[in-house]
Amino acid sequence: MSSQLAHHFEDMSQQREASSLGMWAFIVTEVMFFGAVFTAYGICRMMYPNAFGEASNKLSVLLGAVNTGVLICSSLTMALAVRSAQLNKTKSIIGFLIATMILGGAFLGIKVLEYSHKIHEHLIPGLDFVYEGVHAPQAEIFFSFYFVMTGLHALHMIIGIGIMVWLLVLAMRNRLTDQYYAPIEITGLYWHLVDIVWIFLFPLIYLIGRA
Amino acid sequence: MKHNQTIATPEDYIHAGYGVRSWLFTVDHKRIAILYLLSITLFFFVGGFFALLLRLELLTPQGDLVSAETYNKLFTMHGVTMVFFFLIPSIPAVLGNFLVPMMVGAKDLAFPRLNLLSWYLYSVGGLFTLYAMVTGGIDTGWTFYTPYSSSYALTNVVPVVIGLFILGFSSILTALNFIATIHRMRAPGLTWFRLPLFIWAMYATSVITVLGTPVIAITLVLLGFETAMGAGIFDPALGGDPILFQHLFWFYSHPAVYIMILPSMGVISEVVTCFARKKIFGYHFMAFAIMGIAVLSFLVWGHHMFVSGQSIYVGMVFSALSFLVAIPSAIKVFNWTATMYKGSISFHTPILYAFGFIGLFTIGGLTGLFLASLATDVHLTDTYFIVAHFHYIMVGGAIMGYLAGLHFWWPKITGRMYNEAWAKFSALILFVGFNLTFFPQFILGHLGMPRRYYVYPDEFQVLNVMSTAGATILGLGYIIPMVYLIWSLRKPRDVGENPWGATGLEWKTPSPPTTHNFESTPVVDGDPYQYSPEERA
Amino acid sequence: MWSFPLLPDRASTVATQVDMLYFFLVAVSLFFSLVIIVGLVYSAVRYRKDSKASREGAVHEHLGLELAWSIIPLGIAMGIFVWSSVLYLGMHVAPSGAMEIYVVGKQWMWKIQHPQGNREINELHVPVGKPVKLIMTSQDVIHSFYIPAFRIKQDVLPGRYSTQWFQATTPGVYHLFCAEYCGTSHSGMIGKVIVLDQPEYEAWLAGGSSTAMSSSGAELFKQFGCQTCHKSGSSQRGPSLDGLFGKQVALINGEKVVADQEYLRESILNPAAKITQGYLPFMPTYRNQLSHEQINQLVEYVKGLGGQTSASEHP
Repeated sequence: MSSQLAHHFEDMSQQREASSLGMWAFIVTEVMFFGAVFTAYGICRMMYPNAFGEASNKLSVLLGAVNTGVLICSSLTMALAVRSAQLNKTKSIIGFLIATMILGGAFLGIKVLEYSHKIHEHLIPGLDFVYEGVHAPQAEIFFSFYFVMTGLHALHMIIGIGIMVWLLVLAMRNRLTDQYYAPIEITGLYWHLVDIVWIFLFPLIYLIGRA
Repeated sequence: MKHNQTIATPEDYIHAGYGVRSWLFTVDHKRIAILYLLSITLFFFVGGFFALLLRLELLTPQGDLVSAETYNKLFTMHGVTMVFFFLIPSIPAVLGNFLVPMMVGAKDLAFPRLNLLSWYLYSVGGLFTLYAMVTGGIDTGWTFYTPYSSSYALTNVVPVVIGLFILGFSSILTALNFIATIHRMRAPGLTWFRLPLFIWAMYATSVITVLGTPVIAITLVLLGFETAMGAGIFDPALGGDPILFQHLFWFYSHPAVYIMILPSMGVISEVVTCFARKKIFGYHFMAFAIMGIAVLSFLVWGHHMFVSGQSIYVGMVFSALSFLVAIPSAIKVFNWTATMYKGSISFHTPILYAFGFIGLFTIGGLTGLFLASLATDVHLTDTYFIVAHFHYIMVGGAIMGYLAGLHFWWPKITGRMYNEAWAKFSALILFVGFNLTFFPQFILGHLGMPRRYYVYPDEFQVLNVMSTAGATILGLGYIIPMVYLIWSLRKPRDVGENPWGATGLEWKTPSPPTTHNFESTPVVDGDPYQYSPEERA
Repeated sequence: MWSFPLLPDRASTVATQVDMLYFFLVAVSLFFSLVIIVGLVYSAVRYRKDSKASREGAVHEHLGLELAWSIIPLGIAMGIFVWSSVLYLGMHVAPSGAMEIYVVGKQWMWKIQHPQGNREINELHVPVGKPVKLIMTSQDVIHSFYIPAFRIKQDVLPGRYSTQWFQATTPGVYHLFCAEYCGTSHSGMIGKVIVLDQPEYEAWLAGGSSTAMSSSGAELFKQFGCQTCHKSGSSQRGPSLDGLFGKQVALINGEKVVADQEYLRESILNPAAKITQGYLPFMPTYRNQLSHEQINQLVEYVKGLGGQTSASEHP
């Protein structure tokens, strides 16, 4: 246990509190990051409500809703993984981590499916964008936001899954215990943030303005 | 036995480990501060070089030294380099990294490896941007207004945007480190209201960084996307809105200017107290003013957009708030002045720079009133008045604060003292050169000379010649410290723990300090700046 | 070469008022700068190390002082704010009946057209003593129309009109600058504002060949078939334009907007954005068929239909 205390901290509780505060501060930066693009999207949506409503009809609410469910479940399994660490149950940590990664992977798989639909339907802004109707320029703006927002979100998920690989390795080496579980706790915080971003993203892009 | 090493003394941080690898893979906050010192000094001279060229062009009303395209790249790259690669990191990355752990009584920052990553991100972002500037350049102005930058400019917009995006992470990681360290690693007895004001300044700067930098990050992502793909969020020809870009850009870039000035304000409080041998006047007001500036800084961005086409009622709200943000800065200036009263002032180089800071920041800040005021801003915005205003704050203020800090803590960082006569001389040169460069620009702006002008009407020439003359003197004033500071490294490391007799935990360590700063965590039992009245009698 | 101006020309009604505020600010700045500089110098001299001055009674805080030097500057600041905002509002709301001149900015020149039809490039002739309102747009990037002697400036944006007004007080020739960086020849996008006495201005107007803008607009209206849908009769599919200018229009989404110049312009370039209640989105865009100058002429034409000649001011 004490071998996991970094040299510059006085004790484990200082180390844990510092790393927790660091992650919360990082989460604030993520809120500002996504918040800014959500705000820009919201402003554009207010400026072109008809165009954005029409364009969002091209998205599949079903796939979006399934993804929402998948991601919420993955937050549950992640929370259970953290809990397992607090209870010193290494096997459960590994199990729940793998479950979270599978669910995250499923989310990304459905995203790939959705993106491939967009390529098929020629809805890639700038590269290959074909749209009938008077709202074409603003629809291209809508899809720009769609790809930037969901793309950045997906990137955060990929990074999160990558961190979980590292956590798996730690767990398999019995390094996550009820005395030292800060790495999985702060990763859990990060993963919940990624989930919450999606909870906002889904209604903003998929649901509102549907004619 | 080595010349200056006794049996039981641990090595200082400079000698604890030799070789390039021990520096490039260090996690010691002090070594990382030195790495930053080297990189930002490099970028400072790069940015200064661009400025020198553009001022040379402006000696004559015609365009004769460089082409218009080159001139436009010069002022853009001067701005990008100075703002992002010098001013924003300077004090936090160099002095903050070195001093924050020591001032709070800690052995290192909360996340030493993230700290090293910060420096690598800075270097990668910097080199990437430099590469983009050298191979083609960028000519959009550091403000990247659309649709020029997204749909018309033929220069390396996307690579520069990527370089700045990477750099943003460097700022954010440093800020996260400072926040966690200041909150969680203070020595026993070191309550918030016993912290040195430099720490308050670093804390407020870090909070602004955490809240603001992500917004410029996403703005750069959207700009890059639009420039590369032609998507149309910010270009009216494609259905978008260029004012939206301006709002997003300035939402970060206004707080950014406080990122650039607050650290200097922190330095000045440390320097003034030490060289007046007196507690700071109004400690609580000073701390609250720092936090007040940080909060208000997020509410005023629209004052950059008074003639942009934004609603005039929105403009009035931003104007009122901009006047408000002047007040905490004014409070600080009054308090520094009051600190000197009945002190015992000795005129070492750091306090010469502090005097310069207070005077020039006051002038720069007062000219801000002209710009917060809507009716006068209409005439003055986008002219040289603006250029003069922000250079008074950034150069007369922020850079003088940086130099004050560099000179004040140089003996602690290196164990040596620089040559005082040369230091005083170059401070004087800087002061004269600075005012000669930038005061004429207030007049030029008021006369109506717009900024970013490659050629100009003949009647503006005399003032431009004065300004360029000042710039060469200013440049000299920056080169001289390089020489004597490096020269000082040839001396033995014998300044002792506390050559200035200053208060503060950092002065209770050897000069230079050991890798771990303190053998055992200090305990704090009193207020900062406990300079004794007897010294002043 | 060695004589140079220190103060800008002053040639508009607003310039005098702005200068009053400007010089007040100079006085305030001088005052506070002196207070601080004198304070610093005084302490530096009297309280230098080893001076015999008494340091007895040095204090490190004083609530009264802190409040004083917070509240008094705040009061001064708020006073300046109110003065400036009132002046600014006046600078933005053009007097009704102001003569409207259209400006189109492009990389790297200013194209100007008077309602009488006279065109200018990089020059603006105006009569002294009459209010003039500039209706401006850009063909490409953001520019800014700046007349230092009048103390006015306004960004000129692609995709919409922006406006500013002035009333010149002194005949003469004054600088015109572009004040928003716009690319290679930004500093070449300059010109002259020529203020003439009324008779000379009339003479200048008469001297140029010109079809009035509204006449050119009428031609375009016919040429592009606008009357097919906008004149009453069996083929009418769009709202009548007679007397439309300046009126409130109800849109299909329930919103109400004023049919000002921006509305007219938008309706030509992006008709789907605002559909009048009771009509369908039939109108095609003319975005790629009309130049900015032609759009201005059409707007002038529609303005004059049914007798209205000026919209109420909407900042």
